Amino acid sequence: MPQIFTASADTRLRAIALILAAGILGGGMFIGGYMNSTYTTRIGWVQNQPVPFSHEHHVGGLGIDCRYCHTAVETSARAGLPPTHICMTCHSQIWTGAPALEPVRQSLASDKPLEWNRVARVPDYVFFNHSIHINRGVPCVECHGRVDQMPLMMQAKPFQMQWCLDCHRDPAPHLRPPDQVTRLDWTQWEADKDHEVYGKLMVKAFGIEPKHLDSCNICHR
Amino acid sequence: MKFFCLILPLLLTACDNLDHQPRDDHYKRTSLFADGKVLQSPPPGTVGRDDLALEAALTTRPPLTQALLERGRERYDIYCSVCHDFSGYGQGTVPSRGFPHPPSFHIPRLRAAPPAYFVDVITHGHGVMYSYADRVAPADRWAIAAYIRALQVSQDTSVTALSDEERTKLEAAHDQ
Repeated sequence: MPQIFTASADTRLRAIALILAAGILGGGMFIGGYMNSTYTTRIGWVQNQPVPFSHEHHVGGLGIDCRYCHTAVETSARAGLPPTHICMTCHSQIWTGAPALEPVRQSLASDKPLEWNRVARVPDYVFFNHSIHINRGVPCVECHGRVDQMPLMMQAKPFQMQWCLDCHRDPAPHLRPPDQVTRLDWTQWEADKDHEVYGKLMVKAFGIEPKHLDSCNICHR
Repeated sequence: MKFFCLILPLLLTACDNLDHQPRDDHYKRTSLFADGKVLQSPPPGTVGRDDLALEAALTTRPPLTQALLERGRERYDIYCSVCHDFSGYGQGTVPSRGFPHPPSFHIPRLRAAPPAYFVDVITHGHGVMYSYADRVAPADRWAIAAYIRALQVSQDTSVTALSDEERTKLEAAHDQ
């Protein structure tokens, strides 16, 4: 009776098993690394824009409040992209001949909106509402980062479900006084020991229930 | 082949995970309207459901309360302080970069102006100042006008007119 397995069969089986294990492990690591890379999360990637608008200059330098331009943020799901009219409130008088602002003047003259490219975006199956977060005191900086230090706008946080849930399951440390919601530098506030209980008190005062905040239908409809 | 055709849609749907759905969101481009915008302006002559209420809010001055003043301070700091500065002298950061200086709120003409005057300027603009009607709701315009009056009083009151308690408070705030 002939042998079913050759002398080297055992070695080959071991080699295949090893390659398979390495492949699964390596593949898993690649996918994990890809999902967490800035290429996927878009952290730190600058988008092309029709006008090189600098938040660093307007927010950091001039101290203009976020709500001066993003007027709908307190009352609507969307923060609101400023219409050209708002840009021209100042730029009808200053930098009137600047070449960089030519698209803004064109937009006003032709009554066509500027076509900005979206920086902070959630997938279409996520229904994010700005107003409730602002009114409960989740500061702008919590999701958008230090925009006053961004000469060109970029995403600062991963905007993945894991990241949303981190806060929804434990909102207390992320809450700040709603009347200072557009403040960007909280280091001094956080250093104050008296503020440690603030979040916990506000969770109680606003009736925020973390056990309901991670229900699917809070964000997905 | 049949098997491949069956599995193809499954493979393709997995690409996007419904991340981009074929719907017309705010601020997006659309083929529905000639000008390509999803957000359409109402046709001329449209009367909004809340137009009457907004108009009433603009013509009737709300009662002066602590809450109104605090709302006024918040709105003033957001929309006015960039030019008029936090105390109302017209030395904001934007004029310091070349925008024409607005008048100080502490000149006799503006001290004598009624609150309705400030509401009117916010609504219609004045000189190089654009209208803020799209940014400040009618009720908030009265709140800002009330806060401007508070600023005027604050800059035109002698320290000797304050009570002892108020003076201690002022000195404590100054020392900070």
